[in-house]
Amino acid sequence: MSAFWLLMIILALAAVGFIMGRRRAISSVQGDGRLLHSLPNYYGFNVAMLAFVPAVLVLGAWVIIQPMLISGQVSTHIPAALYEDAGQLNLIMSDVKRVADGLDAAILQGVLSADDASLLNTETTDVRALLGEVGVALGSDVAPSVLSAAQEMRGKTVSGNLIMTIVVLLVAATGFVAAMMMTRRDFRARNAVESGVKALLIAAASIAILTTIGIVLSLIFNTITFFGMFPASDFLFGLTWSPEGRGGSEHLGILPLLWGTIYISIVALLVAVPIGLFAAVYLSEYASRTTRAIAKPLLEVLAGIPTIVYGLFALTVVGPLLVNFFGADGLGWMQGARSVMTAGLVMGIMLIPFVSSLSDDIINAVPQAMRDGSYGLGATQSETVRQVVLPAALPGIVGAILLAASRAIGETMIVVMGAGAAARLDLNPFEAMTTVTAKIVSQLTGDSDFASPEALVAFALGMTLFLLTLGLNVLALYIVRKYREQYE
Amino acid sequence: MKDMKISAKNVQVYYGDTHAIKDVSVEIEDNTVTAFIGPSGCGKSTFLRCLNRMNDTIDICRVEGDILLDGEDIYDKRVDPVQLRAKVGMVFQKPNPFPKSIYDNIAYGPRIHGLARNKAELDEIVEKSLRRGAIWDEVKDRLHAPGTGLSGGQQQRLCIARAVATEPEVLLMDEPCSALDPIATAQVEELIDELRQSYSVVIVTHSMQQAARVSQKTAFFHLGNLVEYDDTTKIFTNPEDPRTESYITGRIG
Repeated sequence: MSAFWLLMIILALAAVGFIMGRRRAISSVQGDGRLLHSLPNYYGFNVAMLAFVPAVLVLGAWVIIQPMLISGQVSTHIPAALYEDAGQLNLIMSDVKRVADGLDAAILQGVLSADDASLLNTETTDVRALLGEVGVALGSDVAPSVLSAAQEMRGKTVSGNLIMTIVVLLVAATGFVAAMMMTRRDFRARNAVESGVKALLIAAASIAILTTIGIVLSLIFNTITFFGMFPASDFLFGLTWSPEGRGGSEHLGILPLLWGTIYISIVALLVAVPIGLFAAVYLSEYASRTTRAIAKPLLEVLAGIPTIVYGLFALTVVGPLLVNFFGADGLGWMQGARSVMTAGLVMGIMLIPFVSSLSDDIINAVPQAMRDGSYGLGATQSETVRQVVLPAALPGIVGAILLAASRAIGETMIVVMGAGAAARLDLNPFEAMTTVTAKIVSQLTGDSDFASPEALVAFALGMTLFLLTLGLNVLALYIVRKYREQYE
Repeated sequence: MKDMKISAKNVQVYYGDTHAIKDVSVEIEDNTVTAFIGPSGCGKSTFLRCLNRMNDTIDICRVEGDILLDGEDIYDKRVDPVQLRAKVGMVFQKPNPFPKSIYDNIAYGPRIHGLARNKAELDEIVEKSLRRGAIWDEVKDRLHAPGTGLSGGQQQRLCIARAVATEPEVLLMDEPCSALDPIATAQVEELIDELRQSYSVVIVTHSMQQAARVSQKTAFFHLGNLVEYDDTTKIFTNPEDPRTESYITGRIG
């Protein structure tokens, strides 16, 4: 029985359990629901929960672990002469799996009987042609060892599935019966369901955290592999980035990319911080209630625009506009539409709502008593903002700026379209440069081998970015938290 | 007969559609502590905030009638509310020191109004104000520590010193002791009595005992009306209006 149908059966069992549990609870008090410890539905949920959850957990674990165990066992039966390293063994095992799937398909379509399949022999039958008939195309003729391994795998899978079905149904039934036994008038079903809910929430939270840990670990291991192939000092301190130069002459120095990233982020922040901050001050201190109600959502629309659209805007509008002023016809500083300035300006616009919305919240959190105190001493509005409100909100605003900075560092699309792809160490903001993120894209979208340093360098770049933004975020959160304590 | 410092005639205040102050006329004397008493929501704080136009910062608030400070209408178009507030200082219910040092808290007003020509003068103003606020001895060794680090009572005296630093003529106090413990309250009350030498003080309070202790004149507000306004001793011993009597004996409120 397949895992899907098994799941359906458990679900049905849970549904039946809900109804029966509820009914049993009500009948245990002769229909007077007030005598029950919990509402009748809780008894139902408790039965459904105990029938469903343990069985599904067993099913999930089994589905993941069984193929690993079986292929581990089968692979020991492949003659060692056929492969040299783990990579080749993997290829053979995927052939085995394919043949095994083919045999399954053949049985399902009635071409072979189950007995025929296990007795099949490469000497008497053309297995490749046979499997081709049922829609499983193989790259080469099937070797006898592969076929026997496939037969063994099929046999183990079939018996494994049978045991799985029995075990899972047994677990479900045990849960069901146990929960039904518990269902009495003084059973605290409500509390049992409560702990179930808590477990569900914990599971959701741990999935999120474990995924993060997984991503970080994969970054770390791949970075270590990369540093095994390429000297770390050349990566960290190299001044040239030219992965194309094959044959030992490649340069994978991160400094030009890091410089591009930081330069563009600085331009972006120079645009976003003053505009965003002033907008926030206007919205929270000066604007009337109606203006605020209209302007704030409009400003936040900016945050909803996909970054690729900003990229288009950079490439087709801002770039040419800058070229008009700073290009060959104007001041002559700019070669093409793509430059640090183009990307920085557009990224700055993207960050405005980010800065303004966070700062606005923080400025609003400054107690009205502060403002009253200042007005009461005869200060004007701008004196109050400058000397009382902003200093009080400063730590929070710094936090907001750091969060914006970490977004700027991680931004990709605007850079790819607005800043170009030339890795360059230059001070002229009208030169095309590129960033760490843009290079990760170009390193992995080519057709290079995933095991080469040119591809693996992407992980080292990713790791660098991750550490950079992690540092900024931690710092920002620390500052924001410290600020919160001030007024609470 | 003392000089009249503030005279309010037929003042009406509206919050949107709500008529918060109904036709209040009151004469506030110089060098006197005037107490506004009355149950919560009776409009005494609102009326107090009219005296230095703090209600201007509330969009929906509208004030009608005349309020004269030394004979000049403070709601006249030519009057700058910002300058007015320097003349009519205010102390709030909750101590609200700025998140700055003690020194900068006091120097804030003198700095924005340009009262000191140099650092030495500013130092002098700060010391004088802190002495007036009866807190100098407690903070003189830590003038550059943050004002928010003081105790509640010290913070409130700091706020009073801060208000005094701009050399106001009138000092408005909106329940200045409601967030303080009895000892701090006693200190602030003593301070208010000293301040009477130089200023006209108007204090809103919920504590009848406090009004009786610190004020010479008392105004009783009820539901937006000024019910009775007279010498404090008269209000507390022989009130004319039955509503005043009920309030001070604790039957309404």
